[in-house]
Amino acid sequence: MTTPVLEIRNLHARIEDREILKGVNLIIPPGEVHAIMGRNGSGKSTLSYVLAGKEDYEITEGEVLLNGENILELGPDERAAAGLFLAFQYPIEIPGVATMTFLKAALNAQRKARGEEELKTPDFMRLVKEAGSQLNIDSDMLKRPLNVGFSGGEKKRAEIMQMALLKPSLAVLDETDSGLDIDALQVVSKGVNALRDGQRSMLVITHYQRLLNHIVPDVVHVFSDGRIVESGDKDLALKLEAEGYANYGGEAA
Amino acid sequence: MADYDIPTLKEEIDRETVEQVLALDVDKYKYGFETDIESDVAAVGLSEDTIRFISAKKEEPEWMLEWRLEAFRRWLTMDEPNWAKVHYPKIDFQNISYYAAPKSFKGPKSLDEVDPELLRTYEKLGIPLKEQAILAGVEGAAESVGTPFGANVAVDAVFDSVSVVTTFRAELAKQGIIFCSISEAIREYPELVQKYLGSVVPVSDNYYATLNCAVFTDGSFVYIPKGVRCPMELSTYFRINEKKTGQFERTLIIADDDSYVSYLEGCTAPMRDEHQLHAAVVELVALDNAEIKYSTVQNWYPGDKNGKGGIYNFVTKRGDCRGVNSHISWTQVETGSAITWKYPSCILRGDGSRGEFYSIAISNGYQQVDSGTKMIHLGKNTSSRIISKGIAAGFSDNTYRGQVSAHAKAKNARNFTQCDSLLIGDKCGAHTVPYIESRNGTAVFEHEATTSKISDDQMFYCQQRGLSDEEAVALIVNGFVRDVLQHLPMEFMVETQKLISISLEGSVG
Repeated sequence: MTTPVLEIRNLHARIEDREILKGVNLIIPPGEVHAIMGRNGSGKSTLSYVLAGKEDYEITEGEVLLNGENILELGPDERAAAGLFLAFQYPIEIPGVATMTFLKAALNAQRKARGEEELKTPDFMRLVKEAGSQLNIDSDMLKRPLNVGFSGGEKKRAEIMQMALLKPSLAVLDETDSGLDIDALQVVSKGVNALRDGQRSMLVITHYQRLLNHIVPDVVHVFSDGRIVESGDKDLALKLEAEGYANYGGEAA
Repeated sequence: MADYDIPTLKEEIDRETVEQVLALDVDKYKYGFETDIESDVAAVGLSEDTIRFISAKKEEPEWMLEWRLEAFRRWLTMDEPNWAKVHYPKIDFQNISYYAAPKSFKGPKSLDEVDPELLRTYEKLGIPLKEQAILAGVEGAAESVGTPFGANVAVDAVFDSVSVVTTFRAELAKQGIIFCSISEAIREYPELVQKYLGSVVPVSDNYYATLNCAVFTDGSFVYIPKGVRCPMELSTYFRINEKKTGQFERTLIIADDDSYVSYLEGCTAPMRDEHQLHAAVVELVALDNAEIKYSTVQNWYPGDKNGKGGIYNFVTKRGDCRGVNSHISWTQVETGSAITWKYPSCILRGDGSRGEFYSIAISNGYQQVDSGTKMIHLGKNTSSRIISKGIAAGFSDNTYRGQVSAHAKAKNARNFTQCDSLLIGDKCGAHTVPYIESRNGTAVFEHEATTSKISDDQMFYCQQRGLSDEEAVALIVNGFVRDVLQHLPMEFMVETQKLISISLEGSVG
């Protein structure tokens, strides 16, 4: 059996005294796109932060394997270099740092961490051009400080562009559809779909089914009260859309 | 999509910044070596005899000695100022040596007479002094030889109390530009020195300036004649090497009518347990339509991580926009010193004159910075602009103190001030103390101030993209100071970005 890109075993995590993840189990084989749906407050975003290594959370139990390697002891930057990318629900502003500068710093930091040569500038420019082409990102946008004054759509496009440039083996997309109108959603989805190459895996976290019309998942998981309570194919998303989360316990959203 | 910019120099620099940080080992202050050179040091202590000794060593004319003695007598009647937000044990001015010169330094400067140890020191500082060929008297060398910064920069290197080498002089002299040590100017150009020395910072200006008048040892002198645009950057490198010595340098720059000069100043010192005193005076005079751009990268030893040692930096820098439409611009990067007390200022005397102050002040460990500027609007239609970026980390205190004033005759005076502070960690402090004063109804002064922290979210975001803690901080801080960095000459930008990272090393985690 091929090694899964992501394997989560009985993951428990808490913030201060409150347990938020209560035994998550999940396996994503290479090339598959899995969606996690759940009501607000079910712990979906926490799962994305815990995977990426945000400090605020304490892991009390369980394992997370990325391409067979346990990553829970690694810092966020080491996990990034190992191939994990998180597209943020709310991308953070970095004032004064041109988007282009940030991209180059990030890419070269990862390459260096993997023992690869830093990119020569012409090669870097070529990669940026490739990554930006699907996403309507022009050179003007690349000169602006990262995420500062970006519209909701620009922020999400910039996230997907970074993903295209960094070429992770696992991309976690946290509520990538939030704040997007239908046109922007199409551009972003197109960008994401272009990165489905049969090898790269994705974990798409969303509240609404509509994103999954554009990024069609192989597997849909329902998340409730800190764990996955049901899994199915893409039709499960449609069922959820029709019936809501009420069947999965807790209060209606 | 074919029109992407060629990667800016800045990006290259960012990369170098990060490399620099990673290359660093335990000791983050890379200039902390000392050079083993035999020195000619004045006995510790300060009296009229000390001053006579210095003056004699410098072979000064009688008027200079008198000027010094007069200053010394004034100084004896003055008290150390205590209004700045800095704290330090009282300085024992009798326990400092006021003169130290490399022993092998004498007479005309030729390569053979420059101590090889000294040349090695400058090499370590990144000043390879390739001008050795010039010093050796090789004809035509001045045209072909590179400089410390690779570009067109003429350098005056001041080692403890003596100016060691001044390069490119012949080249500059062709255009009538004088660039030499102040000691030499006192001997060779007494009329210019007598006319301008003390005309911007009067002898009795303040405690440290007055002390400097009495005991200053060396520094640079620049005169740009009428209508001349200085074709290269002029630069001085200051280094304190001897133990228990103070460095009291004196710089005087005169830009005559319609002239232009850009001047760079860099400073380093070895690591020592005891504090060392640095009390410089810099005077700039800009006559009609003249422009002076003065940039400093100050990297004196800041002390160790427990606050032991480091330089006390008490400096008086002032520019006089004496002529109409004259323009003086200060750009400073302050990363070193245990204590910094420094307010590069502009007197906007000429109608239509312009003053600018761009500052990056970084404090880490137990450093204390009290720095800012004064913009004194005296003439009509004068304008000034202040952009100050303070970054405090560790247990440091970082104060911006600025004064903007318009006198009754300063019709239509304009000022814009922006003070931004960035805090790293929760044990440091940032303070902004503006003094704004207008005696003229037509003056318009604007002041903006912000204080922010590097947020955990910013750090996490950068790390998620693969940047380490220190790379993330360097990137965010470089973004924060970008407005000011842009005002630095290219030659200094590289060094500055490295310094920013080095200074902040260990500030996270």
